[in-house]
Amino acid sequence: MENNFETGVKSNDAAATVYADDYLNKLSGEKIERECRRRLDAGCKTLTVNFADTHIVNSSGVSILLGVIDAAADAGAKIVFSDVKNETVELFEMLGLTNHVEVVPESWQEVTESYK
Amino acid sequence: MENQQKLIHTFGALAEIGSEIAQKQNFQQMMRTSLHLLLGSLAIMRGGIARFSRFGHELNMIVVRGLGDEFPLSMNLCDEDERQFLTNGSFPIEVAQAKVLPFFQIYDQSFDKKKIELLVPLVVRDEIVGVILLGEKANGAGYSAYDKEIVGAMARHIGVGIAQRNLLAELERRAAENRQLYDNLRMTYQDTVKAFAAAIDCKDKYTEGHSVRVGKYSEIIARELGWGENETEGAAVAGYLHDVGKLTVERNIINSPMRINAKESAELNKHPAVGYEILMPIHHPFADVPLAAKYHHERLDGRGYPDGLIDREIPYIAKIVNLADSFDAMTTDRPYKRRRPANEVVEDLQRNAGRQFSPELVTAFFKGMLKELTGETKEKRFRRLLGRDYMEAEGIVPMLKNALNGLDGTSSLTLISLD
Ligand SMILES: [Fe+2]
Ligand SMILES: [Fe+2]
Repeated sequence: MENNFETGVKSNDAAATVYADDYLNKLSGEKIERECRRRLDAGCKTLTVNFADTHIVNSSGVSILLGVIDAAADAGAKIVFSDVKNETVELFEMLGLTNHVEVVPESWQEVTESYK
Repeated sequence: MENQQKLIHTFGALAEIGSEIAQKQNFQQMMRTSLHLLLGSLAIMRGGIARFSRFGHELNMIVVRGLGDEFPLSMNLCDEDERQFLTNGSFPIEVAQAKVLPFFQIYDQSFDKKKIELLVPLVVRDEIVGVILLGEKANGAGYSAYDKEIVGAMARHIGVGIAQRNLLAELERRAAENRQLYDNLRMTYQDTVKAFAAAIDCKDKYTEGHSVRVGKYSEIIARELGWGENETEGAAVAGYLHDVGKLTVERNIINSPMRINAKESAELNKHPAVGYEILMPIHHPFADVPLAAKYHHERLDGRGYPDGLIDREIPYIAKIVNLADSFDAMTTDRPYKRRRPANEVVEDLQRNAGRQFSPELVTAFFKGMLKELTGETKEKRFRRLLGRDYMEAEGIVPMLKNALNGLDGTSSLTLISLD
């Protein structure tokens, strides 16, 4: 697996991880959507958005994530939101994002990691 | 618990949209952020904001999310649609319930394909400014009454944002229109002034072009004084029109090849007052034009006419025109007198600074002349009006420099002599 710190993306051809950083409450969050679309266009079939560094997701952030979900659906790719903070998981459930995407909470990740 | 979180999330979006609209930033960006906030507040999968064009009766998309390439970017509204949207106001309309309207029949397929569920007309001060189209929610549920409240509230903010933008564009358009109207008027005025100057000069066959030259010299002086564009133009106009009163003086008096007698002289000397009467009723963009005509034969020392005013009693513009007028009289051939050489003219102006002329104006005039002769400015105003040989006579440049040294620091008050 190659590491590309500059774009906040880890990928091989079929799978990629995009890091959501702290941007998901601003218009500049559209950058993440563009990055995801680029990966999907390049043929990525499993796209993971990592929320480890994301503390707040507001309405703009939700809209941007809906764009990512839409793009993945168009590309026939599977999408995973990983390392999601508990409050954000609740928000995603409440808004119905969980109908479209697999959400892996932060705590689960720790548990599964430790068993590896 | 879930309800409380929902409340916080949606009201957060509502508050943000309000502050977004209040900030006067880039319109496109404001609309993009607004659409994000609206879609994100209820997790709506897709949507767009369109702006209504009153003239084309069409809705043009400003921003879209997830509507794809095939969705129409411009949609027509007919009168019936407009009427219905106006009556409805900025409240969400369920697309499924509104199929009777022509608009929904025409765009039925596009709406169906993208699962457009709500349409919100944006109505501000009884005018349609746009619409918002919204697709299905991520949770698959229909829009609740609460959802519609939220959507309506946000839509009203967005509508105000578009209305503000329309108002601003309208103001800009009107300002541009006004500017053009003003420019046109001004050009008409300038043409009229020039036509008048030509008419005045026509009457006096010996001083052909006098008014035009006085206008140009007045302009040079004003520019040297550092006056603004408008004021400088005003000085030029004052120069062009200063002898307008001569239009009523008998032609044979003006054109007399000999010195005229006392009676004729009295007749001629009425021209400043007559000029004032002619110019006064006209609305000039520059206020001092009639005064320049009335007092352009006054002298600082009080020996001028018609009123024998002294220095500070004479309007500044009249002093400028007086200097320009005298300079032209000295530098052009008259029926009874040939023009005087440049060095004599410079001497004369210098000697009479403080007597007839305001010293600061003579200084300004000399500076303008010097700039041209030394090549500091590329303009050839004096050379064009007086001929190259005349202006480039030997010794003029040092003379002017000398005169400027002598004039420097003198004020008209200390130099008044009533001998
Ligand atoms: Fe005159
Ligand atoms: Fe004159």
